[in-house]
Amino acid sequence: MAKDQSFKQQIIISGVGGQGVLFITGLLSQAAIDKGLAVFTSETHGMAQRGGSVVSHLKVGGFPSPLIRPGRADGLLALKTENIDQYRMYLKPGAWIVGNGTEETRPAGGLSVFKVDADLIARNIRSPKSTNLILLGFALACMPLLAAEQNKMFCTYEEIQAVLAQTESIGTARRENSLKALEAGFSHETA
Amino acid sequence: MGRRLHNKRLMLGNEAIARGLMENGCAVATSYPGTPASEILAALFGFQDETPVLRHIQWAVNEKVAFEIAYTGSMTGLRSAVSMKQVGLNVASDPLMSAAYLGTEGGFIVVSADDPGPHSSQTEQDSRLMAMMAKIPVLDPKSPEQARQMVKTAFELSEQFKIPVMLRPTTRVCHARQDIEIGPVEKPVIKAEFKRNPARWAATPKFRFQLHLELEEKLKQLSVYPGTYPVLLNPGVDTRRAIVVSGVAAAHAEEILKDLNLFQTFSLFQVLQPYPLHAEFIDMLINGYDEILVIEETAAVIEMQLADRHRVKGRLTGAVPKAGELLPETVQDVIGEFAGVPKEPVERPVVAGRRPTLCAGCPHRASFFAIKRAAPKGIYTSDIGCYTLGLNLGAVDTVLCMGAAISQAAGFYHAYKGEINPPDIIATIGDSTFFHAGTAALIDAVAQRVRFVLVILDNQTTAMTGNQPTPAIMRRIDGEQCVDVELEALVKGCGVGFCRVGDPYRLDEFVGLIKAAIRYSRMQGPAVVIARHPCLIDKSLGKAVQPGTVRVEVSENCDGCGYCIRHFECPALVMNPDETVAVDSLLCSGCGVCLSVCPKKSIVELK
Repeated sequence: MAKDQSFKQQIIISGVGGQGVLFITGLLSQAAIDKGLAVFTSETHGMAQRGGSVVSHLKVGGFPSPLIRPGRADGLLALKTENIDQYRMYLKPGAWIVGNGTEETRPAGGLSVFKVDADLIARNIRSPKSTNLILLGFALACMPLLAAEQNKMFCTYEEIQAVLAQTESIGTARRENSLKALEAGFSHETA
Repeated sequence: MGRRLHNKRLMLGNEAIARGLMENGCAVATSYPGTPASEILAALFGFQDETPVLRHIQWAVNEKVAFEIAYTGSMTGLRSAVSMKQVGLNVASDPLMSAAYLGTEGGFIVVSADDPGPHSSQTEQDSRLMAMMAKIPVLDPKSPEQARQMVKTAFELSEQFKIPVMLRPTTRVCHARQDIEIGPVEKPVIKAEFKRNPARWAATPKFRFQLHLELEEKLKQLSVYPGTYPVLLNPGVDTRRAIVVSGVAAAHAEEILKDLNLFQTFSLFQVLQPYPLHAEFIDMLINGYDEILVIEETAAVIEMQLADRHRVKGRLTGAVPKAGELLPETVQDVIGEFAGVPKEPVERPVVAGRRPTLCAGCPHRASFFAIKRAAPKGIYTSDIGCYTLGLNLGAVDTVLCMGAAISQAAGFYHAYKGEINPPDIIATIGDSTFFHAGTAALIDAVAQRVRFVLVILDNQTTAMTGNQPTPAIMRRIDGEQCVDVELEALVKGCGVGFCRVGDPYRLDEFVGLIKAAIRYSRMQGPAVVIARHPCLIDKSLGKAVQPGTVRVEVSENCDGCGYCIRHFECPALVMNPDETVAVDSLLCSGCGVCLSVCPKKSIVELK
């Protein structure tokens, strides 16, 4: 992953209020800063955080605008299956989707789709509120499966682990649980 | 995630504004929470360890009070700031208009955050128009970093011209997050010193005229102030066509012009101070360009000031949509049209987004359910807060603005007066909103003997905006002890004869309480029920909030009628594909209220 000055990546992160979309957006943003990359995000706050649709736009590399335009995103993290149809319009041809859910999603327009039942894993590891980290871990594990020309996520599992390990805003217990959830997603079967 | 690396910190736009306030020696800061402005005050307090300058910081009971406290700080020579959302500025507009005349001593910034879209507001109103009406300058940042820098400019303008200065970020600045380079901060010495001058600070109408003339002179000087002159973002382009942008539209336009290879085609000007617009800039624009496109949110503030408009395109000519957020795809269409570039077809989402709902276990849900049971044919007036989501439950008929639940209840009562079977009127208002704007309306309702029931949804916090304190449980932002104002005493003090407290979790009992209130109100006048149960997501209450312990399941008797889903709408109750209801144990808070909801008693306690 060459991280030269011209490196740019745009990712949509979506879910419903309460699932921790903001939290993983923060982890990815910090990972970008730690790598010396400029980062710009746009987040959903306010009433939608009460169980409504929430979406983060994450732009890594130098961008003047905080929002991603339709047809320009490199990837989509969908914490609910419904988010795939909701936000697919932001993706460019050849982009990747990593989604939470069991239903099969047929890739269209040259999109690579990876699915995992993150809710089930969350139940299994007795960490019901960590769907977000499981999905992120799983997404990082999927990246090597992409073709060379696809814009793989700018950071690695180890880099996210490092950010999480140094996140002071959460307590020790929650940090341990979060690392465990990230690992559970990362080690899940990707094929 | 505020760790420092490369001297860069990841900051929310609101944190960047707070950082600017701290770096520039803001000594008094006040606010009333409201999306998208809520995070500014807490972030400023978070910088406290670096800023011993901060003399007073508080959540005020409403924006008017917040404004007046901070403004008075400025009168003593201290740098001061008040922050709020755009509709909050409506509440604070009275002191704003007057303060513009009286002017400032210490720099005074009014941060009014607009919400184009709107995402979390009643209106898309443009605070820059309020600045124009008050005749004060307004700065319009395009990014968190620029918002931070503009705080410095705003303090300088305010002190040089002795005038309040507005900083107007929008949602996409407030809730964008960016890596921001931070440096060391100087710590100025501050001292409060009020210079008595009744002719100014208590000016009578005669002197106000004089002050108005002075204000006009200040505006004239501000319109030639070099520090806020519009910036040409792409110098050296030889063209007769210009695009003028401000706020986040400037950021979108820059990115789009580069992507479309049009960055060297038009002159791109960013206006930093939309009002007053620089006189020389207006002349240069009109004389130097044949075609001028203005892109700004949400009103035509810049466009209106271009007096000779025959070359100007913008909101007033229909070149820019008159309502709705200027998303980058919209800006791209507008620029594409101006440039004569064919439109890119944009795919629209195939599914609609999910609507927000009250949390599982939210005490408001139980209150609304009880209200519907007690007064099934009532008119339900409501207000601004999480409980606006009572809409989903069919328990909210009206939402106008902060405090209107009570005066609208009165309005309905007066409108139906004399009819044979007037409807029962049940108003709902949150505790914070009641403190903010409810008491005046309640006093009026008592005086007019308005026959209605007011249910104060007392979850002991300002939940919607991130659990800020209310006067009833006033934790000072700096942790110091405050005096708690008791809600019951306040209600009784307004002259209400019926005021009882109940816990909506005890649903059957609570329904009885509301019925009793209705009976009283039909005969006597206002009856108040305080629905008291703490917000489940209020972390500041710590262990005070005990999660529910009732484990529930759906028995085999469930016939899938969907009553609980439609009328109770708890996220933890889900309809299975086989048309029976199930309990999502991940989401269930254990409140046990649903045991009383199912008409067939198919939701049962799991022993």
